[in-house]
Amino acid sequence: MSKQTRSLLTGEVLEEDVEFTLAQLCRACRLPAEQVYTLVEEGIVEPMGRDPARWRFRGVAVHRVRRAVRLERDLGVNAAGAALVLDLLEEIETLRARTGRLRD
Amino acid sequence: MRFKDYYEVMGVARDATQDEIKRAYRKLARKYHPDVSKEPQAEVRFKEVGEAYEVLKDPEKRTAYDQLGKDWKAGQEFRPPPGWDQGFEFRGGGFTEADASGFSDFFESLFGRGFARAGARGGKARARFHAQGEDTHAKVLIEIEDAYHGATRSLTLRHTELDGDGRPRLAERTLNVRVPKGVRQGQHIRLAGQGGAGMGGGQSGDLYLEVEFRAHPHYYVDGRDVYLDLPVAPWEAALGATVKAPTPAGAVDLKIPAGSGSGRKLRLKGRGIPGTPPGDLYVVLQIAMPPDQSDAAKAAWRELESTVKFNPRAGLGV
Repeated sequence: MSKQTRSLLTGEVLEEDVEFTLAQLCRACRLPAEQVYTLVEEGIVEPMGRDPARWRFRGVAVHRVRRAVRLERDLGVNAAGAALVLDLLEEIETLRARTGRLRD
Repeated sequence: MRFKDYYEVMGVARDATQDEIKRAYRKLARKYHPDVSKEPQAEVRFKEVGEAYEVLKDPEKRTAYDQLGKDWKAGQEFRPPPGWDQGFEFRGGGFTEADASGFSDFFESLFGRGFARAGARGGKARARFHAQGEDTHAKVLIEIEDAYHGATRSLTLRHTELDGDGRPRLAERTLNVRVPKGVRQGQHIRLAGQGGAGMGGGQSGDLYLEVEFRAHPHYYVDGRDVYLDLPVAPWEAALGATVKAPTPAGAVDLKIPAGSGSGRKLRLKGRGIPGTPPGDLYVVLQIAMPPDQSDAAKAAWRELESTVKFNPRAGLGV
């Protein structure tokens, strides 16, 4: 097994420091723009700005898009179904965090 | 290599119809999908189910698999009989959209050929259009305190790479990563260019680290806000007091207002996880009973009982 050690790395926090244009989001998610449009239409990701050429997405959009695409592919749901699943999952995560204190 | 009973994995009978297999798959996929499931080992189970479905949903592969016979048991030592797949031509495409890279040796030994062809085609297409390397994902576990001060974490990641002869081998690398101050549970740190290597001179992918807080015995976190249960003596709650309270940034003196009940929340503004704006720290009071059961202690409680007229259950109508 080969081993490699690297020096100290500093990254960016996706949710705070990173914004994407439509082209950058497509590249990061390896998706054609049409498919990202569909996800925008379903409200899975919400761009800032009106004109698609000037759309800016928050960094976390990468994760929502990838999750949605995996759900569509693996569970056979459509974009609207994936949107619903993502919203419900988010709500469950929030509730889990809230009840965290009561569980232990 | 161990034999895999794909029918058992999917929980279907050997004579299940293609529709029954599809229904079983959908159900199991929903149960174990790593994006949805909280089941332990969800990812492993999801891969097993995906592999089983890859074979059983495809009439060609299923027929070939069935040829092995009914006498094999899951986990039994297995070698494919020589020429077992003669007369079968696996088309690879069409039925096989799954990513075969995570499938077992057992699958590889049976269907490897067909997949190698399909994979080669896919590979070429990828090389032409996306020369960039894969993005990779890992988790980084930190303490709540690390989010207050920032920290450095050393992570050892394993990945597969090709050696000089093009054979895959396991490689390990250690990264020292700066965890920035103010990071929150579930956020992702992107390390550009630290993912999979690119093909044909393409750029490397990115590495995404998902931040997870280790469960803390005293604090719990909700977004930017941090909660602490603080035990107080009955007289501290009754009379008010200034007490020491721990916070992830160090102990503070906290003023308890007189007449505080159990569960009262005191907000320490801006003492949650740092950021713009910073979160708040909520101290939730818990009235603790002294363990002292001496006669003197009991006498003191009795005196309180006779002095203070109080029905704590008046609100319940009793």
